[in-house]
Amino acid sequence: MATRRNARPGLWSVRGPMSQRNYWLFAAIGLLVPLLAWWALASAGLVSKVFMPGPADVWARVLKWSSEDNLLGDTLISIYRVTVGWALSAVIALPIGLLIGSFRPVQALLEPLTDFIRYMPAVAFIPLVMLWVGIDESSKISIIFIGTFFQMVLMVAEDVRRVPVAQVEAAQTMGADRREMLELVLLQSAKPALLDTMRITMGWAWTYLVVAEIVAANSGLGYSILRAQRYLQTDKIFAGIIIIGLIGLITDQLFRLAHRKAFPWMYRKS
Amino acid sequence: MDVSEIVSAAATRAEPKVSIRGLSKVFGEGPGATTALQDIDLDIGDHTFVTLVGASGCGKSTLLRIIAGLEFQTGGEIVANGKAVTGPGADRAMVFQQYSLFPWLNVAQNIRFSRKLRANKGDFTSAEVEAASGRADTLLNLMGLQAAEKSFPNQLSGGMQQRVAIARALMPRPPILLMDEPFGALDAQTREVMHDLIQYVFLLEKSTIIFVTHDVEEAIYLGQRVVVLAPRPGRIDSIYDVPLPLRRSQDMKLSPEFVRLKGEIVGRIRETSGMKTDLELLDKLCGQLRI
Repeated sequence: MATRRNARPGLWSVRGPMSQRNYWLFAAIGLLVPLLAWWALASAGLVSKVFMPGPADVWARVLKWSSEDNLLGDTLISIYRVTVGWALSAVIALPIGLLIGSFRPVQALLEPLTDFIRYMPAVAFIPLVMLWVGIDESSKISIIFIGTFFQMVLMVAEDVRRVPVAQVEAAQTMGADRREMLELVLLQSAKPALLDTMRITMGWAWTYLVVAEIVAANSGLGYSILRAQRYLQTDKIFAGIIIIGLIGLITDQLFRLAHRKAFPWMYRKS
Repeated sequence: MDVSEIVSAAATRAEPKVSIRGLSKVFGEGPGATTALQDIDLDIGDHTFVTLVGASGCGKSTLLRIIAGLEFQTGGEIVANGKAVTGPGADRAMVFQQYSLFPWLNVAQNIRFSRKLRANKGDFTSAEVEAASGRADTLLNLMGLQAAEKSFPNQLSGGMQQRVAIARALMPRPPILLMDEPFGALDAQTREVMHDLIQYVFLLEKSTIIFVTHDVEEAIYLGQRVVVLAPRPGRIDSIYDVPLPLRRSQDMKLSPEFVRLKGEIVGRIRETSGMKTDLELLDKLCGQLRI
């Protein structure tokens, strides 16, 4: 005879609950299994090191990169380029997106144009950027800007449009004028979604780094990956990719932390 | 003469608070256009509680939204507080069915929101500022929200959220309060409590309340006048004066007048909404199946 159990949904029930401990356990498995598989594959000697260096080789390369070459410098310059390109696009995309999301004429004026441009590949702009901006630091920032800005504008506009109509109408029937609507309702209400958009677009900005550092660079993680390709230093390519991934992961977590700190009301439950 | 008669007599003599003449509303253009409201004439006196009731699609919410200035009529005129309605304004506060609170502000901040707006900033003497802060406290008390003052909307039940929404709407002392099925999402018990609460508000604040609902019992219990709308095209079918004292109590729902009026109004709604033919069809079907 079956014994009666507590009617608690199991680990595998659809949208079931999960304890914090189990969450971290599964997250660790998800990260460690690929790492171990990689290590096993590489150390079995089935694949040539040129095609797939093992974790140990990559780690050795990271140490060598930091001692013989300038890993820290490459990392910092890349962080600088990505952050400035992303921040520049945020500074312009936020007000424009707010206007597109608030006023239909602005939407009609700018959204189709933005939609059109965002499908253009950022790489294709390299010759034009070199022509217009030159080949110094600003050209790399420009490429990251081009890759990020147009997507960001559309996402900001969408965040603003998603503000519940009942909130807008409630403010209208309390006598809010246009400016108050923008400042006190739309912007405030969209803020959490906007910070999420900033987090997601920061990730995209990083994906344009390698493209940006094609342009006459002599430093940076993307540039190092490109140069390693020329000398078939697969371990250095791996190292560069993994470092970019780690920076992305850390940035993402910082954004999430900021989200919890900035909008405590979203996380509070009775 | 009891109190309700004096009040309604005064209301008929005075200028109507809201006056609607030949109002119509058509959504869309060309062959796809639908007439939501046609030839609406309605006067609503000062300090009256009017409920609009009708089957879905009769345009009762659209009518309310036109009074609020959130939608625009395609024909006719509408005057509220002595001025033609051209858009939303602080003189016509509105309470929505749900999700209208600002989730980033706590209860007290939500209630005081209108104080931040230029439209309500005529008063800057310290006495007036003090009075306003006193008013916020009064509303918190009236709505039974003192304990929840620092809570955020997502921490509150649906009923509590609507209390906040009502307090927020009342804060600038609007002469007209528009309510669009404000208790539609609440459970029956909470709704009864809210009914008595809104009665208090009506008697205390002396505002004019226009209340949209699809619940006939709610319409009679709250309203001094019940306006029944009929669909396709939306129009006023009939208007009933509720023969109950101004101050209502739950046991009145069992009184013969109440039950009779409810039967009459429900009958009108069935008659005009096509529900009657559905019921006849069902009857015939049951007859055939010998149930």
